[in-house]
Amino acid sequence: MIGQALNRVDGPLKVGGRAAYAYEHWEAGQPLYGFIAGATIGKGRITKIDIARAERSPGVRLVLTHRNAPEQNAPDFSITSQYSRAFPVLNGPEIHYYGEPVALVVAETFEQARAAARLVDVEYAAEAGHYDFAARQNNAYAPKKVNAGLPTDSAVGDFDAGFAGAAVKVDQRYSTPYYFSQAMEPHAAMAVWNGDDLTIYVTDQILAEGRTCVASTLRIDLQRVHLISPYIGGGFGSKLGLHHEAILAALAAREVKQPVKVAMTRQQIFHLVGPRPTTSQRVRLGAGKDGRLVAIGHDVTMYTNPEWEYAEQTAATTRSLYAAPNRLTRHRLTPLDRQRGEDVRAPGEAPGLLAVESAMDELAYALGIDPVELRIRNEPARDPERDVPFSDRRLVECLREGARRFGWEERPVSPASRRDGRWLVGYGMAAAIRMHFQGTAKVRVRIGRDGIAVVQSDMTDLGTGTYTILTQVAADALGLPIERVRIEIGKSDFPESSGSGGSWGAANSSIALHRACKALREKIEHSAGEPGDLEAEGEVAGMWKEPAYQAYSIHTYGAHFAEVGVDADTAEIRLRRMLGVFAVGRALNAKTTRSQLIGGMTWGVSAALHEEAVVDTRTGAFVNRDLAEYLVPVNADIPDLDAIVLDGFDDKANVLGAKGLGELGICGAGAAVANAVFNATGVRVRDFPITLDKVLPGLPLAEA
Amino acid sequence: MRPFTYERATDPRAAVAAVSRTGAKFISGGTNLLDLMKLDIEQPSHLVDISRLPLKNIEELPEGGIRIGAQAANSDVAADRRVRTRYPVLSEALVAGASGQLRNMASIGGNLLQRTRCPYFYDTAAACNKRVPGSGCAALDGFNRVHAILGASDACIAVHPSDMAVAMTALEAEIELLGDQGARRVAIDDFYRLPGDTPHIETVLQPGEMITGVILPAPPPGRQGYRKVRDRASYAFALVSVAAVVAAERGTITAARVAFGGVAHKPWRSVEAERILTGQPATMANFRAAAEAAMAQAVGRGHNDFKIELAKRTLCRSLAQLAGELRRQL
Repeated sequence: MIGQALNRVDGPLKVGGRAAYAYEHWEAGQPLYGFIAGATIGKGRITKIDIARAERSPGVRLVLTHRNAPEQNAPDFSITSQYSRAFPVLNGPEIHYYGEPVALVVAETFEQARAAARLVDVEYAAEAGHYDFAARQNNAYAPKKVNAGLPTDSAVGDFDAGFAGAAVKVDQRYSTPYYFSQAMEPHAAMAVWNGDDLTIYVTDQILAEGRTCVASTLRIDLQRVHLISPYIGGGFGSKLGLHHEAILAALAAREVKQPVKVAMTRQQIFHLVGPRPTTSQRVRLGAGKDGRLVAIGHDVTMYTNPEWEYAEQTAATTRSLYAAPNRLTRHRLTPLDRQRGEDVRAPGEAPGLLAVESAMDELAYALGIDPVELRIRNEPARDPERDVPFSDRRLVECLREGARRFGWEERPVSPASRRDGRWLVGYGMAAAIRMHFQGTAKVRVRIGRDGIAVVQSDMTDLGTGTYTILTQVAADALGLPIERVRIEIGKSDFPESSGSGGSWGAANSSIALHRACKALREKIEHSAGEPGDLEAEGEVAGMWKEPAYQAYSIHTYGAHFAEVGVDADTAEIRLRRMLGVFAVGRALNAKTTRSQLIGGMTWGVSAALHEEAVVDTRTGAFVNRDLAEYLVPVNADIPDLDAIVLDGFDDKANVLGAKGLGELGICGAGAAVANAVFNATGVRVRDFPITLDKVLPGLPLAEA
Repeated sequence: MRPFTYERATDPRAAVAAVSRTGAKFISGGTNLLDLMKLDIEQPSHLVDISRLPLKNIEELPEGGIRIGAQAANSDVAADRRVRTRYPVLSEALVAGASGQLRNMASIGGNLLQRTRCPYFYDTAAACNKRVPGSGCAALDGFNRVHAILGASDACIAVHPSDMAVAMTALEAEIELLGDQGARRVAIDDFYRLPGDTPHIETVLQPGEMITGVILPAPPPGRQGYRKVRDRASYAFALVSVAAVVAAERGTITAARVAFGGVAHKPWRSVEAERILTGQPATMANFRAAAEAAMAQAVGRGHNDFKIELAKRTLCRSLAQLAGELRRQL
C-alpha cells in the first residue's frame, strides 16, 4: 500500500465543496464578522482614534482598539519557536509596521464590518522608518542562531587563502526580493467561547504551537484552548503560526458573547503575514583548472523585524552540497520597520540555491566545463563540514538520470547560439538539496467492533495529502483495506504532533502511526478471541534525540533541467520544458509526491521569472499587493514540467525509509531556469526575478 | 455596508434616464466595477444594470463596416467570424486580455471604460489625483514600472489597461453614445482624454451618457496584427502592446496604422510613425525610424524607462512580421 499512487481520500469532499474550512463552520451558531483596520503609516504612533462613526454604522456590535482591547501577554523572545510565543494585538498606540491592525470592527455581516472599518478615524504622528533594504545593509548584525537552530556562521580550512590562490574564481552578488506564500485560503479564524473554554476554528499548520500561542497571549489555561483545523487551503509556511485573525477573533468573541470570525483580505495578507526576507548574497567560488573547488564562500544579508528576529538558513545547505577544503558561510541581519519575516516554502534553501547554483553555472562557463560534469567533479565523499557520512545521497545519480532523460547532450554549449523562430533558446540545470528534519509526534489508533481503524492526531493536512498517506500507512501496518481506515486529524485535543512544516509532517506522523499500528497488532494478538475496542499509541522522537541524525548527514537531493525561450526582440522569457529528478528515500504516495514536487518546481520558475513584492520605500507599504500585480506563473507559463523520483529507502532516516519532500522541488529550480536564460541570451541577471527589462539591454537590435 | 440600490434597465432610453440621479452608475459585466466597490474606490449609491439591454448584436453596415453592440461579451466578439476575418487585430487583442472567465463576463462598452491598474489608484491610503482630485500622485516618485511614457502630466502617469481599445484605435473606431440629449458618435481617439490637470475625467462621456455600440469602418487595406508584451504568458496587463495595420505594394508601404497600448493614459495612436512609413520601402531601417518617431516625445520616470526601447522594438517586430506576411502573400 505504501508508495502507491492512491487518489486523495479527501478529494471527493473537497471537489464537492463539503470539506469545511476555518471560515465555513456553522455548528456553533450564527457568527459575527470581524474586519481589521490597518495602519496607513509604517512607523510612529496613534495620536487620536475616533470610533464614533464606526460604532454608529449599521450592524456594528463592537469596535476594538488599543484603548479597549484587554491586556495580553507580551511575547517571550527566549522561546525558540516564534510560533509558540504570545502574539498580542492592539496592545498600544505604537505602530511598528505598515498595515499593523489599529482596530477590529465586529458587525452582523462582513460587508457591514468592512464598511465600518473604513470609518475608524485615526490620526498618527509618523516617524521616519527604515524601509529600504538596499540602503541599510551596512547596519547588519550576526544573530545568535538562524532558523531551525542552525549555526549562524561556519568555517572550515582557510577560506581567504584558498580563494586567493584559486586558479579560477567567481565572486558575485545576487539579490532576492520579498516573497509571499499567498495560499488560496486566506488566514482566517472563528472563535467560540463556551464558559472558560475557547474553541477556534482556524487555518493552522501546527496546532500545538498555535494553542500555546493563544493560551499565552490570552493568559488562559492551555487545556482550555481547542483548535480545530481539519482542512487547510495551502499554507507553505505562512500558517505555521497564528496571526492577528485568531487572537482578534478570540478577544472579540469574548466581548460580544457570540462566535466571531475574522479573515484577512488578500491585500492585508501582504502586510500582516511575514514575507520570506529579501536577501543580498555574495557567493565566492574558487576552483582549480580541473574544476575542483578549493574554496566556497557564501555570505548572506537579509532583513529582520527589530523585535521578532527571523533569520532564514540561506547558506545552511551550502555547507553540505559540494566538496572543498576551504569554506565559509555567514548570515547577517539588518533591521527594518517591517512585519516579522516568516517561513516560506523551503526557507533558506530556496533563495540560497538561487545564488549558489547560479554561481556554479558561472564557474562552469568560466572553466568551459559542462555544468553537470562540474557538479559531479565536486561530489564529496562525506559531509564536508560535519565530517560525517551521508545517509543516502545519490545526487550524482539524479544528475546523470536527469541529463539522460532531458537530452542534456543536445544543449547549446555556447550562450546565445540557438534560435527557434523569434525565440532564443537556452538550457540550464541546477542541483537540489534540502535538509531532512524529524520532530516529535504522537498518534493514536483505535479499532472498534466494527473493524474500522480510527487514527487520531493533531497533525494537519495543508492539501499535501496527509489524510491519504496516513490511510496508506495504517492500512499497510494493520493489513486492512483502505475503506476500513478513518483518519481524524486537525484537532488540538488529539495526541500532539509537530504538525505540518519543514516537510517533516509526513514522515513524523507516518512513523508514529506505523508504531501505533504495530502496538495495536500486538494488543490484538494478546486479546485473541475477545473482540472489542482496542487502542494504542505510537510516537517518534525529535532528531536531536536520534543518534542516526548525529552520525549521518541526512538530506534529500535532486537535479533540475530547464529549457527556456527568450524573445529576441522583447526579451520576454517563457519556460519551454522542465524536468526534475529527485532522491527522497521512499516516497509514501507516488501521486502526492509528484504533485508536491511539480508544485515546488513551479515556485522555482516563479522565483526565477515572476515573483517580487515591491516595497514603497517612502511608506514601507507593499505596492503590488494583489494577485493581479504580484505575479506567479499561470498555467500558460508551465507548458511541460515533470518530476521523476528515484526508487529509494533511507534506512538511517527512519524505519519507513521516507524523508520530507514537500519543499525539495523548489530548491535549485529557479537557478536551473536562470541558468537557461543565460544560456539562451548570454545575459546574466543576478537580481531576481529575471524580468524582461533586465535582459533587454543585453539583446542586440534586430537587423531584419 | 455602503448601501446602494440596484435596478435592471429594460431599454436604453430608460437606462439613461435612470442613471441621471446623483451617485448612479451603469453596471454591465461588473468585472472592474465590483472589485473597485469592494475596495471603496468606486462608491455608487445606485446601480443601473444595462447588461441585459438588447445591445449584444454585431451587425454589418452598408459601407462595409460593422457595428458591435456595447453589451456584446468580449469573448463573443473575439470569436465572431466577421471580426476574426476582417478585423483580426481586434480579435487578437480581445483574446490577449484578461482570462477566459473575465472575457465571458466583460462587455465591449465596459472594456472601453476600464479604470487604470496603477497600484496607487488602488490604494486608498495613497495620494491619487484620479481617485481624489487634488490629492497628488504617489506614482510620480514611487514604483512606476507599469506607468506612462507618453502624454502624461505631473498630475497623473497612469496608463489605460485595455487591449481591445488599442486595436479599435488602429481601426479608427467610433463610439456610439446615447444621452438625454440624444445620440452622438465620437471617434475613439477623441473619446479618451489625456490626464492633464484632471486625470479623474478619463473620457468625453457626459454625465448620464451610455455607450450603446462601437462602429468599425470598413477594414483598412493591409495586414493586421496585435502584439502584447507582458511579464507572464497570460493574465497580465500589457507592459507595451502594438496594434498595427500595414499595406504594401512591391515592397513599398502604401498605408499604415499604428497604435500602442500600455504607454499612455489612452490608447496611443502614432500618426508620426504612420507618416514615416507611408511611401517607404518595408525595411528594418524604416521600421526603426518609425519607432524612433513614435517615441520621440517619450519620457520615463525611472522604473518604466525600459518601456521606451521596448515599445520601439515591439513596433519594429510587428511591422516586420506584417510586412513579411504581405510578401509571402504575393
